Amino acid sequence: MHIPDGYLSPETCGVMYAASAPFWYMAVKKVKRTLTSRTVPLLSIFSAFSFTVMMFNAPVPGGTTAHAVGGTLMAIVLGPWAATIGVSIALLIQALFFGDGGILAFGANVFNMAIVLPFVGYWVYRMISRGAGEGSRRQWIAAAIGGYVGINAAALAAAIELGLQPILFHTANGTPLYCPYSLSKAVPAMMLAHLTVAGFAEAVVTGGVVAFLQKTMPYVLRIRGGKEVSA
Amino acid sequence: MKNVKKLWIALGALVLLTPLGLLASGTAWGEWGSDELSTMLGYVPAGMARFSELWHAPLPDYTIPGLGDTPGYVLSAVVGIALIALVTYGLGKLLASGER
Repeated sequence: MHIPDGYLSPETCGVMYAASAPFWYMAVKKVKRTLTSRTVPLLSIFSAFSFTVMMFNAPVPGGTTAHAVGGTLMAIVLGPWAATIGVSIALLIQALFFGDGGILAFGANVFNMAIVLPFVGYWVYRMISRGAGEGSRRQWIAAAIGGYVGINAAALAAAIELGLQPILFHTANGTPLYCPYSLSKAVPAMMLAHLTVAGFAEAVVTGGVVAFLQKTMPYVLRIRGGKEVSA
Repeated sequence: MKNVKKLWIALGALVLLTPLGLLASGTAWGEWGSDELSTMLGYVPAGMARFSELWHAPLPDYTIPGLGDTPGYVLSAVVGIALIALVTYGLGKLLASGER
């Protein structure tokens, strides 16, 4: 889901940076209030975990690949605003050092994977786990479903950004200038990859780690003190 | 935080498993390089040709010059995690500076 440079027009890239900027601003403001020197190591580790999880490419029918992101997990443990920061950092390192995701497209990749993904995933998690007891089965199932829905929402956002390119940006004779696949190709292809493979990978990662934390380190899940941080 | 060490150990184990991510052949949808796209389409879109080579990453596609794919992938994970730890630590210090 890391859009490389050249797939989105510079105009689209500008719009996506502009869309992500207010979220970064709010995230820094919110996290400044809630982040303590004790939770910084957790931001480190979950951002590093997200980076590592994204290296596990899984095969998708049709010859492409897809991977989990770990963004909803970060939102469950540290809150969605901290997840925006944590996933953004992982994406920044991937783009700068490993050429995974573009520099111009960084705003778009942040919007999809560091904003849409954790916020949607977290919202679904809250809806399903509301009133569920600490360490309950419903809590980790809610986490798994949140992860599944979150990554699919992000994939849909990426597919729309890519699929709009040939419609909006082409030469006089209709030859695409950037991503050559329109919505009718991009949306089914991205959704196939994420509804069938990456979504389940994200569900296993999110639900699995939450279940692991419930059993072995429940205090990590208590960091936010049951405090509601409204999206 | 009482015991984050356990999580770092789990992450270390995960890093050793990252070569599993190399088994899947093919590229993620919409992430093809210009050469792949040129084979698929018969041309490279003009705008893409202009912008796709904008940035040259030092360790492209998680490879380390002089190392094979598998050790390069594992070492890339280690490098990436170290960089993330550095950035989050710095940012955390900055943001938590107003801590009571």
